[in-house]
Amino acid sequence: MKIAADFTIPYYQYLSDEGKPLDSFPEQLCNTDLWVRFYKHMVLVRTFDQKVVALQRTGQMGTYPSSLGQEAIGSAVGFSMASDDVFVPYYRDQATQLLRGVPMEDIMRYWGGDERGSVFTGDAKEDFPTCVPIATQITHAAGIATAFKVRRQRRAVVTTCGDGATSRGDFSESLNLAGTWQLPMVVVVNNNQWAISVRREEQTAAETIAQKAISAGIEGIQVDGNDPIALLHVLNHALEKAHNAKGPTLIEAISYRLCDHTTADDATRYRSAEELSKGWEREPIKRLQNFLYGKKLWDEDQEKQLIASCKEQVQSAVEVYTSIESEPAEAMFDYLYADLPQALEEQRADVIHKASNMRRGA
Amino acid sequence: MTQFQATPEPHKNPISGEQPEIETTKATLVEAINLALAHSMQHDENVVVLGEDVGTNGGVFRATVDLKSEFGLRRVMDTPLAETLIAGITIGMASQGLKPVCEIQFMGFIYSTVEHIVSHAARMRNRTRGRLTCPMVLRAPYGGGIHAPEHHSESTEAMFAHIPGLQVVVPSSPARAYGLLISAIQSPDPVIFLEPKRIYRSVKQNIVNNGEGLPLETCFTLKQGDDITLISWGAMIQETLEAATKLEEQNIHADVIDVASIKPLDMTTILASVERTGRCVIIHEAAKTCGVGAEISAQIAEKGLLSLLAPIARVAGYDTIMPYYRNEDYYMPSTQQIMEAALKTMAFQ
Ligand SMILES: Cc1ncc(C[n+]2csc(CCOP(=O)(O)OP(=O)(O)O)c2C)c(N)n1
Ligand SMILES: [Mg+2]
Repeated sequence: MKIAADFTIPYYQYLSDEGKPLDSFPEQLCNTDLWVRFYKHMVLVRTFDQKVVALQRTGQMGTYPSSLGQEAIGSAVGFSMASDDVFVPYYRDQATQLLRGVPMEDIMRYWGGDERGSVFTGDAKEDFPTCVPIATQITHAAGIATAFKVRRQRRAVVTTCGDGATSRGDFSESLNLAGTWQLPMVVVVNNNQWAISVRREEQTAAETIAQKAISAGIEGIQVDGNDPIALLHVLNHALEKAHNAKGPTLIEAISYRLCDHTTADDATRYRSAEELSKGWEREPIKRLQNFLYGKKLWDEDQEKQLIASCKEQVQSAVEVYTSIESEPAEAMFDYLYADLPQALEEQRADVIHKASNMRRGA
Repeated sequence: MTQFQATPEPHKNPISGEQPEIETTKATLVEAINLALAHSMQHDENVVVLGEDVGTNGGVFRATVDLKSEFGLRRVMDTPLAETLIAGITIGMASQGLKPVCEIQFMGFIYSTVEHIVSHAARMRNRTRGRLTCPMVLRAPYGGGIHAPEHHSESTEAMFAHIPGLQVVVPSSPARAYGLLISAIQSPDPVIFLEPKRIYRSVKQNIVNNGEGLPLETCFTLKQGDDITLISWGAMIQETLEAATKLEEQNIHADVIDVASIKPLDMTTILASVERTGRCVIIHEAAKTCGVGAEISAQIAEKGLLSLLAPIARVAGYDTIMPYYRNEDYYMPSTQQIMEAALKTMAFQ
């Protein structure tokens, strides 16, 4: 017997759970300004999530998936992407979307039942909208990466998914293609240990999710998903590869979902309080805060100011969100095709009539 | 809107959509597909072709033959064997402004694309309020009658016709295949383009390879008559025309309508014809229940009931699994069945 092939999966971590450096940082990441910006962004995202969940609890928002405890992953993706790259999200990616220039009120509108929430601006103009059918977005990302190749553009696509999503064919088919065609693409898995109520161990017997890259012939990396430095490091590496036609990368970011799956879920039905409190010991915001305090880059005054300013920002977005009028009823017809087929004109007229009756209470 | 306005005339020959005989190439339906693809790729560098075996092999039916050697690897892509993926990457490419034409080798393997077609392609414009769109074509050979293995003979166009945001197109002659595919590729919205493989090579026709498209929202009137309206699409147009010719021997003159655009449906043309004839038979290969024929008859009942002189008749496939090929002819609607239905409709007082 000889070994036909041999593989290893690296794991990256630079900050201990308590925020102590375990290793010297890569030179590119010895950037105090970036650390502070990263921290501020995570706090903003947490403030945002808390507020949107509160809106849902008071009947002003639809079902919402918080990213509590996983803020570092999306932030790292947002901080490392180039503005003309394309981001193809799943549904727990508010941290990245905000960094891509999607206004807070747009994210609220999407979950608040308004299609206009996906009319992105800023760097996100070509980014895909929030994707609900699990893992389907990964194939779209592969298609966008193919378009970059066809047109010889030096751009990259980053797509994200959860640990549950890695069981789907779309995930495997896309990685397989990314390897075969050497697509400029990065797939980031937010392994938050749960797919609603199903544990990571019940998804796959594979020791790591990162090793699924091996079967596709691409690089697979595992990283501490609550460690901003490690995340930035592996993302910079993967994006540099993608921008230089050096092929795709799969990144498994290990984190923990500190919230319910969505506001419609009750996680106490399936996981213990003990497990949850363990999760809190590793969470990313406290970790980076400890690090910044240790480096004397942050103090309590700044913390107070930050919290106040995040609340203010979120509050003004809430005001925009709650003041926007709904679209007219016929909007459901107006973006179905470039031009409305004649066959639908009658139905469109009907809904206008129906809406006016409804307004009059008829 | 007047319900019974005249048929919007398709280009060229106002009746059939077929072209006058100048500077033409003789082509079968599958060759016409190839010509339309090549012409589109020649004149628009955004057009790319992808699918299983579409490259070097030129497709299992040869619809994409020579495209790879002419346009290269970047624009003619042999994909891995993964239909979900093919649909998904097609959507991604389309969002970037490419005009991808993907091939699903047989309609029997289209089902794993359905999630992408329904949940993404059909909705992309709507869910981004027009920011991202999906100008893609998904081509697939479909239908029975070629003694193919299991899963290679079904007609499930009604599944797609049910989905808001899609267009579903079925050509029934080489010239219409050419013109409709040209338009499908240039359409700003997704088109499911179903090719009746039974007639891929059955007739040759003159094609003007000038890149002119045919409208996607209209029926084509293939034959005019005032006594009865025969409505069909795809390969069944052959039997329908044959029946119409036989009916002429009995001095019954049929309007023969090729629906061509299954979605959106051009009911204006159909209703105008039924208004004139008062009698109609709808013919399709797909299973009868919830077939597109059901939709057409419902709309005739809604808007043209008072012009009917006889009940609407449907000649369709049975509500059974398509038999394997030894018995497939029992399943396929026949000229004889169409004749019988037409004569019964004519006899109704
Ligand atoms: C194709 C599909 N199947 C099922 C669902 C319902 N669903 C929504 S989220 C979810 C769990 C996903 O878990 P994971 O991929 O780990 O992502 P996470 O929510 O944990 O971030 C399920 C089953 C869905 N949205 N799409
Ligand atoms: Mg998960």
